[in-house]
Amino acid sequence: MLTALLIALPLVASLFLFAIPGNGSRNLAVGVSALQLLITLALVFTAGSPAAPKYVLDLPWIPSLGIHFHVGMDGISLVLVLLTNLLVPFILLSSGAESARPSSFYALTLLMQSALVGVFTAQDGFLFYIFWELALLPIWFIVMMWSSGENARTPLKFFVYTLTGSLLMLVGLVVVYLHTPGAHSFDLQVLCATGSHLSAETQSWVFWLLFLAFAIKMPIFPLHTWQPDTYTEAPVQGTMLLSGIMLKMGTYGVMRWLLPVVPLGAAQWSALAIGLAVTGIVYGACIALVQTDFKRLIAYSSISHVGLMAAGLMAANVQAFQGALFQMVSHGISVFCLFYIIDRIEARTGTRELSALGGVRSQAPGFAAIFLVVTLGAVALPLTNGFVGEFLLLAGLYQWSAAATAVAGLTVVLGAVYMLRAYQRTMLGEAGKSTGIFAELSSHERLVLYPMVALIIALGVYPKPLLDISAPAVEQLLSLVHPR
Amino acid sequence: MKSLIFLAGIGVIALLSEVFRFRKWVFPLMLLGLIGAMASAVYDWNAPAHHFFNNMLVFDNMAIAFTLVMCFTFFLWLIGSRADFEEHTHITDTLSLSAFALTGAMMMASYGNLVMLFLGIETLSIPLYVLAGSRKNSLNSNEAALKYFLMGSFATGFLLMGIALVYGVTGAFHVHTIADYVKTMNGQYPPMFYLGVVLIFCAMAFKVSAVPFHFWAPDVYTGAPTQVTALMSTVVKTAAFAAFFRLFNTCFAQVGGTWLILAEVLAVLTLLVGNITALVQENVKRMLAYSSIAHAGYLMLGILSISLPSAANGNAILFYTLAYSLGGVLAFSVLYLVSESTQSDHAEAFRGLFRRNPFLAVSLSIALFSLAGIPPMAGFFGKYYLFVNAIHSGHIWVVLVAVLASLVGVWYYLRLMATLFAKGGDELGAVAVPMAQRIVIWTCLVGLLALGLFPNALVQILS
Repeated sequence: MLTALLIALPLVASLFLFAIPGNGSRNLAVGVSALQLLITLALVFTAGSPAAPKYVLDLPWIPSLGIHFHVGMDGISLVLVLLTNLLVPFILLSSGAESARPSSFYALTLLMQSALVGVFTAQDGFLFYIFWELALLPIWFIVMMWSSGENARTPLKFFVYTLTGSLLMLVGLVVVYLHTPGAHSFDLQVLCATGSHLSAETQSWVFWLLFLAFAIKMPIFPLHTWQPDTYTEAPVQGTMLLSGIMLKMGTYGVMRWLLPVVPLGAAQWSALAIGLAVTGIVYGACIALVQTDFKRLIAYSSISHVGLMAAGLMAANVQAFQGALFQMVSHGISVFCLFYIIDRIEARTGTRELSALGGVRSQAPGFAAIFLVVTLGAVALPLTNGFVGEFLLLAGLYQWSAAATAVAGLTVVLGAVYMLRAYQRTMLGEAGKSTGIFAELSSHERLVLYPMVALIIALGVYPKPLLDISAPAVEQLLSLVHPR
Repeated sequence: MKSLIFLAGIGVIALLSEVFRFRKWVFPLMLLGLIGAMASAVYDWNAPAHHFFNNMLVFDNMAIAFTLVMCFTFFLWLIGSRADFEEHTHITDTLSLSAFALTGAMMMASYGNLVMLFLGIETLSIPLYVLAGSRKNSLNSNEAALKYFLMGSFATGFLLMGIALVYGVTGAFHVHTIADYVKTMNGQYPPMFYLGVVLIFCAMAFKVSAVPFHFWAPDVYTGAPTQVTALMSTVVKTAAFAAFFRLFNTCFAQVGGTWLILAEVLAVLTLLVGNITALVQENVKRMLAYSSIAHAGYLMLGILSISLPSAANGNAILFYTLAYSLGGVLAFSVLYLVSESTQSDHAEAFRGLFRRNPFLAVSLSIALFSLAGIPPMAGFFGKYYLFVNAIHSGHIWVVLVAVLASLVGVWYYLRLMATLFAKGGDELGAVAVPMAQRIVIWTCLVGLLALGLFPNALVQILS
C-alpha cells in the first residue's frame, strides 16, 4: 500500500502541475519530492532488511489476461527507490528559475519519478513494462524541449533506440508468459518459476530479447551510441535523471527480470556479456581520456562505470550483487554532483571546454574543495563511496574470472587519470581565458552540494547500513539465479 | 438488425429532406438515428434470436460489437465534419451518402451469406466513391474518386470471381454451409476451391489496403477531402477487417496452408512498406495515409492468428480497431483544423503548434502516442493484444518484423510530435478550435486514455 503511495504522490503532483501551472510550481515540486524522500526514509528504517516484498499492493488490473497491479519492495527495491527519491528533490533544487516553462519541467520530472519508483517496485511483468515505457516519455520531452543542442534528431534517436530494446523485452516476457500454466500470469514469481524450467535453447534466445533492452538502457558497448549525444545535449537536470537514475533501470532489470527468469540462458551467455561489458569499461574510459568537453567526458565515464556494474551482475554472486547495488547508489550521487558542478562552471564561464578553464582554486577555494571530494569519490579512493562499490564488484568478478577482473580493474586506473586530469585542467594552474572572475559557491549551491558531499564521505566510511538493507534480498535472489 | 433499419431509414429520410424542405433537421435527426442504432445494438446484445432473412444476416455478438465501434466512430466523425460539409457540399446529399456507407459497413460486419457480403461492400463503396469526389472543383478530389472507383471495381471483380468459384465447389452462398463443407471434406478440396479462397482473400486485402494491393490508398486518401479520408481510414477499415475476419474465421480457418502463407507474406510486406514509406512523407495527410496501410499490417496479425479461438482473436481485432479509430479521428480532426488555418497539409504547418494552441498539440501528441503504440494509451494495448495472439499461434517471426516496423512507426509519429514542440512557426498564427471539434477531441482523448488504462472492460467482451 505504501509503495503505491510513493508512486501516486508524485504522479498526482505532476498532473496537478500540468493542469495548473503557476509561480509556486517549484516550491510545490520540491515540497512533494521532499515529502516523498521523508516517507521513503521512514519506510527504509521501519522495513529492516526485507528478503521478500513488503508494503505490497496487489490489485487485479486485467485479470482475464493474468495482469495485476502488483507492487512491493524488498531490500533491493528499497535501495533503488531510496536512490530515486533521494536524487529527485536535489535535481529539482538544482534547477534554476531561468528555464522556460518551469512548471512543465517540474511536472515532467515528478512524472518521471513516479514511473521510476514503479519500475523498481513492480512485481508484475506487464506492469514493469508499462512503467518502463512511462519513464521514457517524460525524459524524452525534457531532452527534446530543453535541449541545448541544435540537432533535433538526437532525442528521437534516443527514444527509438531505447524503445527497440524495450519492445524486444516485451516480446521476451510474452514468450515466457505464454508458457505459464493455466490462464497465464505475468506475476514475477510465476515468470521466474516458468522461465527457469524452459529448455536451454528457448532460454538462450529469450535471454537476448531481454538482455538487449537492459544493455541499451545502461548502455553496454556496442549499444551505447545514443548515449554521449543525448547526455551532452540534454539539459543538465535531464542528464542527471538519465545517468543518475535511469541508467539503473538497466542494471536493476538484469538483476530482477533477466537472471532469475532465464538462469540457464544467462549462464550460457554470461561470458559474452561480461566480455562486452569489460570492453565497454576500457572503451568508455579511453574515450573519456581524450574528451575536451567536460560533460561529454562524464558521459563516457558513465559507460565505463556501468560496464563494471554489468560485468559484476553477470558474474552473479553475493559480493558482485551487493557491490553493484551499492555502486548504483554511489554512482548516482557522484554523477549528480559532477553534472551539477559542470553546470555551475558553465553558468559562470559560459563554457565546458577544459582548455578554456583553469585556476579556479585560487579564486574559489570552497568550490575547488567540494569538487575535489566529488572527484575522489568518482575515482574510487578508499573512504569515499566509489571505493566500496567498485571493490566489491571487482572482488565478485574475480570469483568468475581473474583475467576479466584485471581488465575491468583498469576502470579505476583510467578513471583516476581522466578525472584528475579534468580536475587539474579546471581547478589548478593558471587561470584560463574564461575563468578570469570565478565566484565562490552561493548559498543555494551549498544547499545542494553539502548534503551530497556528506553522503559521499559517509557511505565511504561506513557503508554497512546501506549494504545491510539489501543483503537478505540478494541472498534470496541468488537462490533463484543458481537453483540447486 | 434494428440498427441496420435505423441507418437505412435515416439515409432515405436525409434524401427526402431536400424535397420536403426540412433540411435544417437532418443533422439532429441523423444524430438521433445513430443514438437509436447504438441503443438497439446494445439492446440486442446476447439476444437469442439473431438470424434474419433465412440466415442472410446474422447479428451475433461479434457483429454487434463491430457495429457499435463503427457507429460510435461515425457519430464522432459526423459531429466534427458537419461544418465542413455545410460549407463545401450539399449537406443533405453528403449526409445521406455517409449514412448509406455506414449501412453497408454494418452489413459487412453481420452478413451470413456471401451475397450479403458483396452487397455490403458495394453499399459501402459506392457512396464513398461519390464522397471522395465531393469537392467538385478540386482536381485531386476528382482524381481520388476516379482512382478509388476503378480500383474498387477491380477488387469487386476479384471478389465476385472468388465467390463464384467457391459456390461452384460448395454449392452454397451461406457462410455456415461453406464452413460445414470445409469441415466435411477435411483437407480434400478441388483446386478450384483454393483458387476461389485466394481470390476472395485478394479482394479483401484490396479493401483493407494491404500491400501489394495498396496502390490506390495513398492517392485516394490524400486527394479526398480530409473529413472523407478520416471516414475511410477509420470506419471503412474497421468494416473491411470485420468482414475479412468473419469470413476467414468462420469458413476458411481450416483450409489453412494456402492463404495462411499468403497472409504471412502480405502482413510482413504491409508492415514494412506501409511504415517505411510513411517515413519519407513530408505531407502529414499522406503520412497518415501510409500509416493507415501500416495499421492494416498490424491488423493482419489478427487474421494470421486464425488458429486461436475466435473470441480471443476477435477481441484483439475489435480492441485494435476501436483504439485505431479513436486515434485516427483525433489525428484527422487536428489535421483538419491546422490545414484549415494554414491552408497546408505539410509537416511545417504543425511547427510550434504547442505555442499556438497547446490543447491541440497535446491532444495530437496523445493520438500519435496511441497510434505509435506507446503505453499507457489504448493503441499500445491493442498492439500488445494482437502481438500476443500472433506469438501464441506460432507466428513469432512475423511479430518480430511487426516490432521492428512499429519502431519505424514510432520514428515518424514522434518526428511529427517533435515538430509540434519545436521552436519557430509563430508566424503561422493561432488555430481556433470550434465547439464541435472540441467535443470530438475530448471524447477521443478520454477514450484513448480510459481504454489504455482500463482495458479490462473490453478484452473479453466477445467470450
